[in-house]
Amino acid sequence: MNTRSNFDSSLKQLKDMSLEMARLSEIAVKEAMDALIRQDLEKAKQVIEADNVIDELEFKIDDKATLMIATQSPVAKDLRKILVGLKISSEVERIADQAVNIAKSALHIGKEKHIKEIVDIPKMMDMALEMLNEALKAFYTEDAALARKCAEKDDAVDEMYGRLVQELLGYIPEKPSSTNQITQLSFVCRYIERIADHTTNIAENVIFLVTGKRYDLNT
Amino acid sequence: MSVFTITDKAFDVKDFNLWYGDHHALKNINFPIRKKEVTAIIGPSGCGKSTFIKTLNLMINSIPGVKMSGEINYNGQNILNEKLDLVDLRKNVGMVFQKGNPFPQSIFDNIAYGPRIHGKKRKRDLEEIVIKSLMDVALWDEVKDRLNAPALGLSGGQQQRLCIARALATKPNVLLMDEPTSALDPISTLKIEEMILELKEKYTIVIVTHNMQQAARVSDKTAFFLMGELIELDETSKIFSQPSDERTEGYITGRFG
Repeated sequence: MNTRSNFDSSLKQLKDMSLEMARLSEIAVKEAMDALIRQDLEKAKQVIEADNVIDELEFKIDDKATLMIATQSPVAKDLRKILVGLKISSEVERIADQAVNIAKSALHIGKEKHIKEIVDIPKMMDMALEMLNEALKAFYTEDAALARKCAEKDDAVDEMYGRLVQELLGYIPEKPSSTNQITQLSFVCRYIERIADHTTNIAENVIFLVTGKRYDLNT
Repeated sequence: MSVFTITDKAFDVKDFNLWYGDHHALKNINFPIRKKEVTAIIGPSGCGKSTFIKTLNLMINSIPGVKMSGEINYNGQNILNEKLDLVDLRKNVGMVFQKGNPFPQSIFDNIAYGPRIHGKKRKRDLEEIVIKSLMDVALWDEVKDRLNAPALGLSGGQQQRLCIARALATKPNVLLMDEPTSALDPISTLKIEEMILELKEKYTIVIVTHNMQQAARVSDKTAFFLMGELIELDETSKIFSQPSDERTEGYITGRFG
């Protein structure tokens, strides 16, 4: 007989809520990027408005975790599952905030003609989101090796960030009237780089969940 | 089992086995107990934890048909081999049980009982011991005006603290506690736990408890017993965060046992 089937099902619900929150955040990032590329200001506004759904989900996760700690006296891996659920939801919430930032940049640029076709920035986003998917898979399957592998990709995102920002800033002397747009696009690169950092933190938490040991993969 | 350095052992149990008739109740136990620390023993019913604690002051000898082998070293002396004075051993290794069991005497006489047996007769000496013992268990303020009242008139929690004071009155080095709060209400339980944390400054404490949170709150080391074996002995913080053995994890997370 499983003596803690209710508790086990609550732990699973907590994990599912974190994963659902991550799924919504990923959609938000993609939608924000789409709004930026297509200069779809209505869509950008929708991304900003939808963020409160993700925020509310984070509060629900906080409440559920608090109740579980208060009523179940979790220890060892059970306790790590709850702590990691809380920490991952916090990282995911900040990823969603980056989606909002990208959407705000899209609004700042508005309908101003792009200095060039936006091709590399979505590629960088794809890299960051691929990392996110891997980190979430590692979380779902409790796979520390996959989490480590995912975190290793952060360097490539950092490298691309440096390269893209250099390239963007190079356009300023050429197109000084587009400085606002160029600055906003540089910010967007920064937001994506932050998404990869939050993802690396998720991967660290997965390793802590599985092994009980802390790793700093952000170095 | 992880190994930690013990420089200052109150007990050093080595290759210890115990049988009740044909039943092998404790199997090859190696268990160092450090001085002035609280060591908690946890494990499911029938795992041998109470049996183990009762061997430390040879209370186990009162049970017929018990056989033992190995060593229980106390102060460098194997108490299983040496011809020792049991009264003296139990003066040094006091014990408290599940439920307070005061003698049907006054509060004062309960505490003075041990010292009197050990030859203390002067009233002033006895008064001093009674006051100090009651203060040690934080009972003094509650009973100072009624030391001659019957001990059985105290509440359950007070009776248990009185019994701890009675054990302390003979100035033991070690205090064994066998589920000392299992019959108490939550506040009395917390009072005893606070007291344990105070007492460890002066005494070595070994506590058997079914309350895992209690073990986590009061002890420095935790030992997990299962079916007569010592599965894991380590720092309490380690046992409750990252136990080495999956059976320990299964037990502390409430999934078996």
